[in-house]
Amino acid sequence: MSVVTKGDVPVWRRRTTPEQYFIWLAWLVGTAITVYCWKLISDKTLWIFVEDAPRQAADMASRMSPPAWSYMSKLWIPLWDTLNIATLGTAISIVLAVPVAFCAARNTTPSVLFVRPVALFIIVSSRSINSLLWALMLVTILGPGVFAGVVAIGLRSIGFVAKLLYEAIEEIDASQVEAVTATGASGAQVLTYGIVPQVLPAFAGISVFRWDINIRESTVLGLVGAGGIGLQLDASINTLAWTQVSMILLAILATVIVSEWVSAKIRHAII
Amino acid sequence: MIANPWLRHGLWLGAAVYLALALGTMDVNWGRVAEGFPRGRDFVASFFPPDFTSRWDSILEGILESLWMTVISTVAGIVLSVPVGLGAARNLSIKPVYYACRAILAVSRTFPEIILAIFCVKLFGFGPFAGFLALSIATIGFYGKLLAEDIEDMDPVQAEAIKATGAGWFQWLNYAVQPQVMPRMIGLGLYRFDINFRESAVVGIVGGGGIGATLLTAFDRYEYSSAAAILLVIIFIVMAVEYTSGYIRRWVQ
Repeated sequence: MSVVTKGDVPVWRRRTTPEQYFIWLAWLVGTAITVYCWKLISDKTLWIFVEDAPRQAADMASRMSPPAWSYMSKLWIPLWDTLNIATLGTAISIVLAVPVAFCAARNTTPSVLFVRPVALFIIVSSRSINSLLWALMLVTILGPGVFAGVVAIGLRSIGFVAKLLYEAIEEIDASQVEAVTATGASGAQVLTYGIVPQVLPAFAGISVFRWDINIRESTVLGLVGAGGIGLQLDASINTLAWTQVSMILLAILATVIVSEWVSAKIRHAII
Repeated sequence: MIANPWLRHGLWLGAAVYLALALGTMDVNWGRVAEGFPRGRDFVASFFPPDFTSRWDSILEGILESLWMTVISTVAGIVLSVPVGLGAARNLSIKPVYYACRAILAVSRTFPEIILAIFCVKLFGFGPFAGFLALSIATIGFYGKLLAEDIEDMDPVQAEAIKATGAGWFQWLNYAVQPQVMPRMIGLGLYRFDINFRESAVVGIVGGGGIGATLLTAFDRYEYSSAAAILLVIIFIVMAVEYTSGYIRRWVQ
């Protein structure tokens, strides 16, 4: 808070003059960057296609309605696959993420100098590569199908689960750990009785949260051949069967809403 | 954690049955998987050493395009999500507006970026403009929902105090609501920037421009060492963005 004198009257202001200038400068730089980026994008855009878009959208909407309701009978098995990809992938990632998280947390890692950076690198690389890119690679190695999707979701989720879990581990109450150590407990016993009970609710919450995200991600893995309802979506788009496409989109919408509802219920029950 | 033993054992049983069913219907072609392992080894081996030089021009162009796309889509998405978020806050808006805005948020959040990108490419043609639109729509869903929830959680006492001074709706918004939600929303904006950069690597797969297009080309040409270089560049930039945004977030709060 600062006071500027205008004439003879002191006027209260929220910020000092340098602060005010700095904020103005930040806005100026931000706006300039945005405008420049916009220009670069707009140079690469064929505006004639953009101008045509409303007509295209109307055309597509008319082709997509009404949804091919009867096609739903062929969607149950892909939906089941999608559910399995998300659930089994989450299960794999949880199993793999727990040791990584314990190695990455500052207070439980075996070695801050050697093990922790490796664990952090695993977390970052798993998180920064999208599950579609993982699937793209895994389809080449494992062949197309549900299994590649499960592994892709698993690998992608390790980083997410491990990151949130190691942050939870770092925030635990040290006095409980100390109390368990004072009873003469071994390292594994300290882990089981001092640390695990403290992070268990957070861990369960994180797992359910990730499962919910994975449902959403597993619906599109089929676009690169990794199973699930995305395969049908890709096929229908490629054959220009737009009424089927809208049916599939409705199915995805319903699945995601149900999974979100389930995960909200479970998290509400846990936390 | 669950007191009722019937429910507890029932849940274990249910989980076991589900696992059996899921594994039963998964239909893994183990022969194909086993065959894949030597191939996988070759595949991984062909990533090394990462080749930055021979395609450096395309990599640089792709990365820059992704970065512009990220900046524009984050800014546009946030600007557009503010009115929607305000409308979707229960304590701010009237019922019809509330339901309309919640519906917009639900739809734009449900579909993964890549599906949005497919449609944007169909409607607006190939290139970064389609990717920009897809990411903006996804940003609206993400940011609008969190903004609405943050406004619903705000301290009503301050809001009432400002209202008691006779402030109009916009004054009330500016002096009571905005200061309370601003620090968290800046942090979330930076977080969304992170996500958008990561997602900009995928929208290219369906023709939305950016580094994803370069990556897909590298895969399609079997130039795995270039692909490895691209993946490393993505990881590096994500790390840099995450580190910087963490720093700015601490500085703002």
